[in-house]
Amino acid sequence: MEPILHTDNLTIRFGGHTAVDRVNFQMPEKHLKAIIGPNGAGKTTFFNLISGELKPTAGDVYFKGQSLAQKSAIERTRMGLGRSFQITNVFPNLTVLENVRLAVQSKEKIRYQLFRHFKSYKAITEKAEELLALVLLDNKRDALTTMLSHGEKRKLEIAMLLALDTEILLLDEPTAGMSLEEVPTILEVIRTIKQQGDKTILLIEHKMDMILDLSDSIMVLFNGQLLADGSPEEIMNNDTVQHAYLGGLYDEHLTDIK
Amino acid sequence: MKLKISLRHIAFFLLFAIFVLLPFVNDSRTLLILLTQIFIFGILAMSYDILLGYTGIVSFGHAMFFGIGAYTTAVMLKQMDNTLFIFVLSILIGMLFAGFVSFLVGLLTLRLKSHFFAMLTLAFSGLFLVLAEKWRSVTYGNDGFTFRAPDVFRDRMTFYFFVFTSLVVIFLALYRFVNSPTGRILIAVRENEQRTKSLGFNTLHYKVIASVVAGIVASFAGSLYAVSLRFVNTSVMTMDITLDALLMTIIGGVGTLVGPLLGAAVIEYAQHALSGMARDYPIFERWIIFFGILYILAVIFFPKGIIGSLRLLIWKWRGKVKNKKTQVALPQEKERFE
Ligand SMILES: Nc1ncnc2c1ncn2[C@@H]1O[C@H](COP(=O)(O)OP(=O)(O)OP(=O)(O)O)[C@@H](O)[C@H]1O
Ligand SMILES: [Mg+2]
Repeated sequence: MEPILHTDNLTIRFGGHTAVDRVNFQMPEKHLKAIIGPNGAGKTTFFNLISGELKPTAGDVYFKGQSLAQKSAIERTRMGLGRSFQITNVFPNLTVLENVRLAVQSKEKIRYQLFRHFKSYKAITEKAEELLALVLLDNKRDALTTMLSHGEKRKLEIAMLLALDTEILLLDEPTAGMSLEEVPTILEVIRTIKQQGDKTILLIEHKMDMILDLSDSIMVLFNGQLLADGSPEEIMNNDTVQHAYLGGLYDEHLTDIK
Repeated sequence: MKLKISLRHIAFFLLFAIFVLLPFVNDSRTLLILLTQIFIFGILAMSYDILLGYTGIVSFGHAMFFGIGAYTTAVMLKQMDNTLFIFVLSILIGMLFAGFVSFLVGLLTLRLKSHFFAMLTLAFSGLFLVLAEKWRSVTYGNDGFTFRAPDVFRDRMTFYFFVFTSLVVIFLALYRFVNSPTGRILIAVRENEQRTKSLGFNTLHYKVIASVVAGIVASFAGSLYAVSLRFVNTSVMTMDITLDALLMTIIGGVGTLVGPLLGAAVIEYAQHALSGMARDYPIFERWIIFFGILYILAVIFFPKGIIGSLRLLIWKWRGKVKNKKTQVALPQEKERFE
């Protein structure tokens, strides 16, 4: 089966530093792939190349076989590539509901409607409320986003991504900086989406137990290169991967699991 | 919520009634002229608020659209005929032209970083200023020219009501605009442009829409301004006009529409009072200094402008009365964004 997303020698250099180095990867449809790798491995940069925030120095990204080289970030979102951000990126002085509402509005293609009152679009508000309920934020709908805790902002980020209803979801450390009690909510949300079965998900995470719980496959980035890509078992037993992480972040998790 | 809405409606209705009845109670020419002036600058300031307050665009060239309106109306009334028909036609042509210019200028410059954009708007308005100076056969250069207003406006009161009606209509239209789905996206652009893009909105389009709307409304204000003076010269294109609009917007409260109206009242009244005092105390001739001071004080004490600060006060007062703990959006934020 043709992959829904693949890259061909995807490379980007910042000055002398190659942040993503000739990555060839394939993403089967309706699949959940986790991306792991130490800090600075190039994971976020890889997302930026896929979503169009950055232009590659060489290589290309393909969505359903079509080159994305000439597509702007906006066009890619509209085609079906949605992403969340590692560093929370929301509208701070708008209410929680309005943040999600804007995302739903984009999905519903209500872009140039100048004369109707926005509140008359009831379905949009309802959809936004539904998504807030899904990430357990419905009690905060009228709060200003700046007043949310870090974990709540992460949840809002997810709700906004889901609102876009894109075929592909790029999740950049959805649980980064969250308190332990909040992690299960996100885990549940991702699990629910996965079970619904119509999304293709790329997930950058550091929490190994969560990755093993959710992913169909795992790819490892190291110094910008694709070190390994395979089933969770293959990756866990891969010597190169073990070696790369020696003394690194994952050791404790790995031993935990074994 | 119910209470708040009806209170607001009552306040608007009262103000409306006052301005309708005032000329019959006190028909002093000075008062009528002052109020007319306040309304005209109120329209201009609201148009600037669409840019600055709602979309987060700082423009130093807004006077160019005001000037386009003023000159279009003045030239047409002078060269063609001083009928009401020509006046209305000139307003429409001015608005059309201003919309076209702001569309082109916006498309060219709004992709740039905001400070480059601000500089370029200054350059473009400079271009129009030079045009107004040099195209003497039509504009009579720097000194400008007088012309006759349509006969119906001989009576200051008729003009007053015309301007007041325009103000109300434009206020309602802009209020609708900022509360439309597109208006919401303008606010999103102001808050976080990059994020708005990643939601799939082409932010350039929205900035252009905002600048076209602002340009059209400013041109309309310019047309009214020219007729109120029965005179036009290059001062309508100068930076002073832009700064006035900027000050009115900031002092009144950005992103509120009502704020700029109040700001216009404060500044126009202060200008009027100070120039009166200048007859006795020459120091007041330098009223611009007082605006500088006023401006600094406003930014220190009312960073959200008069309207913003008032709303904050009301919210605090209400918050105490109701529930201390629940952190909900400030009323003004809710109103604006919910
Ligand atoms: N815009 C940029 N300009 C210059 N260097 C950059 C830029 N973006 C990323 N880099 C560099 O590229 C490398 C990879 O960064 P990236 O953020 O992709 O890592 P990461 O794998 O996401 O790490 P983390 O786990 O900490 O999020 C880093 O060395 C970073 O400094
Ligand atoms: Mg990262």
